[in-house]
Amino acid sequence: MLALLVTLPIAAFIAILFGAPARLTAIAASAINLALGLYAAITWQCGCWTFSLPVLAKPSLHLAFGFADGMSAVMILLSVIVTLAAVLSGKAPEGKEKLYFGSSLLISAGALGAFAATDLFFFFAFHELALIPTFLMIGMLGRGDRREAAWKITIYLGLGSMVLLAGLVWLANLTGTYDMALMVKAAHQVDPASQKGIAALLLVGFGTLVSLFPFHSWAAPAYASAPAPVAMLHAGVLKKFGLYGLLRLAIPLVPEGLQFWLTPLLVLLLGNILWVGWVTISQKRLDSMLGNSSVMHMGYIFLAIAALIAFPANPLAQSAAVVLMFAHGISIALLFGLADRIERSTGTLDLQELGGLAKSAPGLAFLFGIAAMASIGLPGLANFSGEILVFLAAFKSYNGTSGLGPVQITCILSIWGVVISAVYMLRAYRKTFQGPSVAATANADDLTLADRIPATLLIITLFAVGLYPNLLLNLLK
Amino acid sequence: MPAYYLEALTVTLGIILLMAETFCSCKGKSWVGIAAAVGLVAILGLTFTAIGPEAKPTAAWASWPLWNFYQFDSLARFYKIFALVTTLFVILLAIDFRSILARFTDTPDSEAGTGEFYALPLFACAGMMWLASAKDLAGAFVSLELVTVTFYILVAYMRRNVGSLEAGVKYLILGALSTGFLVYGIAWVYGATGTMRLAEIANCLPHLTNTTPLLFGIAFVMIGLCFKIGAVPMQVWIPDVYQGAPTPTTAFLSVGSKAAGFILTIRFLEPFLASEVTRGPILTLLLILACATLLFGNLAAIPQTNFKRLLAYSSIAHAGFLLLALAAWKPETAISEGSIKVVSFYLATYLLMTLGVFFVLAQVRIQRDGETIHDFNGLGKSNPALALALTVLLAALAGVPLTAGFIGKFMVFSLALDAQLWPGIVVAFISAAAGFYYYFNVIRAMWWRDSHNAPSLILPPISKVCIGVLTIAVLVCGIWPQPIWSLLK
Repeated sequence: MLALLVTLPIAAFIAILFGAPARLTAIAASAINLALGLYAAITWQCGCWTFSLPVLAKPSLHLAFGFADGMSAVMILLSVIVTLAAVLSGKAPEGKEKLYFGSSLLISAGALGAFAATDLFFFFAFHELALIPTFLMIGMLGRGDRREAAWKITIYLGLGSMVLLAGLVWLANLTGTYDMALMVKAAHQVDPASQKGIAALLLVGFGTLVSLFPFHSWAAPAYASAPAPVAMLHAGVLKKFGLYGLLRLAIPLVPEGLQFWLTPLLVLLLGNILWVGWVTISQKRLDSMLGNSSVMHMGYIFLAIAALIAFPANPLAQSAAVVLMFAHGISIALLFGLADRIERSTGTLDLQELGGLAKSAPGLAFLFGIAAMASIGLPGLANFSGEILVFLAAFKSYNGTSGLGPVQITCILSIWGVVISAVYMLRAYRKTFQGPSVAATANADDLTLADRIPATLLIITLFAVGLYPNLLLNLLK
Repeated sequence: MPAYYLEALTVTLGIILLMAETFCSCKGKSWVGIAAAVGLVAILGLTFTAIGPEAKPTAAWASWPLWNFYQFDSLARFYKIFALVTTLFVILLAIDFRSILARFTDTPDSEAGTGEFYALPLFACAGMMWLASAKDLAGAFVSLELVTVTFYILVAYMRRNVGSLEAGVKYLILGALSTGFLVYGIAWVYGATGTMRLAEIANCLPHLTNTTPLLFGIAFVMIGLCFKIGAVPMQVWIPDVYQGAPTPTTAFLSVGSKAAGFILTIRFLEPFLASEVTRGPILTLLLILACATLLFGNLAAIPQTNFKRLLAYSSIAHAGFLLLALAAWKPETAISEGSIKVVSFYLATYLLMTLGVFFVLAQVRIQRDGETIHDFNGLGKSNPALALALTVLLAALAGVPLTAGFIGKFMVFSLALDAQLWPGIVVAFISAAAGFYYYFNVIRAMWWRDSHNAPSLILPPISKVCIGVLTIAVLVCGIWPQPIWSLLK
């Protein structure tokens, strides 16, 4: 019963509204959800997890949850892991615990609902449900010029969702059903002319949600000012909704339409990797650097999607996209969580004002170092498994006689992105943790046990997937 | 029970309350409102036992000539329930709004002038209920006038308030103008077809040799109806009148009057849309009206700073969506709902969201003495629960999923896609995106801006219950809309 996974955070949210201790309830609900999610992901093939409740007779709508394939299982796993880490590592401002933890739970419920939904209507609806607390939290509890950032993300994602909705309704109209499995079966009903239009709408709509260049400018300021759990949940989990949607709906339903837009997509994803990568290097604050880096890494997942568009029946590309989504989700959540911890103990995230933090907080430096290495794509950590699979997938149907295709050229160019991310990550690490201590870092306190638990949870996941990617790949079979 | 008892009972209740209010020397007047509300609940219960002549052909009343003017089907029942529920909430809102009413009708501490405000909506309600059953243009016109004349009084009710008086004059003049259009159009329709009965009009349509006079008449009737539903080209009165009228009247206008206009539009257009002869031009006209209304309502709403005025533009915008559903005309089939039911469903969700918002607005007006978006600043800090409810309601108006508003918009879009009304779909999407912007502007004010120590609002019990009920209904219908559909069966 996957519905349980979705309703548990909502029930906890309501309990918090009515006065249950906010932090404790949130942690308990997330921990139970983690156990439940793990169990569900392992046994997803049993068919015992489907849930369906008729909502509307004409057109036939169901509040339905289930595992369409292993991809849903991986995404649900990602959601429950990051949720627990987010509520464990978040520290609510005085008197705002209800709002802080309640909203985090709602975001989690929305993400879980979207990944578990098998009905188009609720697939879209649950994502929107998660967005509203995101907007409110950034606007109310964020840092810096939070109102500007929050308004920007509201407008961008609101418009993006509208464009997306247009594409989805069009698609449902052509296939005549809202059940996503039946839609895929009716894929032949989508005529080539409509395919182009729908593919454009879906690419822009989902693309805006995933911060595809040039619709990305909401992301870095929003993550920079968002409270830690929101940044972790949005960058780590919710943003993957767009990629998940492209893989789940766009690829099987409008393959020819996507083919038509392949070249623009390749150019845009290079914009993500190279242009935004370049922008990331010049960031002066740790939080906006992380925000930009998360935009940049989306480029690799888009590369996997492009490889899947260019060479249909490329299971490697699908696995690559899913593994990288998972790896990026875990690593960016870890980075945002630790960055928040740095700010709490030093009072600043400005790279100019930091330095030598490794002396006063060696534990923090060690964990942040691992997270940074993961983000760069060091072998042994999950992101490496994902990125290498992406590069392999891009060269899947390469043969020496015909020369390099557009996808291969894009891949070669985007490998430079690894160098770029090494530059900005190591630079930020050096400026934050190494060198002589400065006023802000001299007396900074190190991680406590409570801080280590969520970080360790995420790091173990990174290592597990990095050393043995079959953990995920087996789920995808 | 024969269906027309419902209207008779409503009017009787109104007359009794008016008399009782006049001859009672008591100081407080809110008991009139409570009596009216109780009466309405009772009548609401009776609607489920009401039957038409088809259900009991042997009864003496079943053969009365009244049934030439009056019909009772599931649609009529739905819109009667709609009118009763709206009136019920409006009267409850008026009870909580009485301090402002008192201030602008008599001396501030005397409620002497407020009594009629509870009884008059009952007459408008009876008119709306009769409209739902209209099958004859003459009868429809009379009941429409009953609604309009009552509103002339309700709009200008706060006679010591310049804004209310100005609104009253504007409503009167434009209302009279639109009535002129309507009667003129009905005359042309009568001239072209030789009958006022809608069923007979349908029969004589295939025999028409020249449809131009008929279409001319239909166009004029549509202009008259656009006044009621608040659509372009008769939308100019809406912002000023909504802003000036007492808040319960505004709520009544934006929900009750609009729904009455739509049921009449549906009843009037149904025979013409069923016929091949007239369908094409009417659908084109509807599509043009829908696009113009959507664009006007949504784009003009963006720069508004007064919340009540914003709601006026929002009401125009929703009329545009409803017209789009009509322009994508589709009879009901086994697998999809037809335009009529989608319009009715949309109106029902609109009722829940809009009335909820007006309850909140009325309390802000009373306790913070202002109606601008600015006056909602910091509501998230001072009244988190109320701000949460208003956030849900506004998100529903914007069409955010998992709220009732989304399902309504979603059905309209599906219809428009089915009919392949591409210009309408593009305009509707732009409008929906604009709507997202201006509704969230208010949400932003509530949660992100500081109120500079404005006191927290204290909700009177009636408002508290009504806001709670409406908000929960909006959420429940967003996930499980079946109850509304079953009312339509």
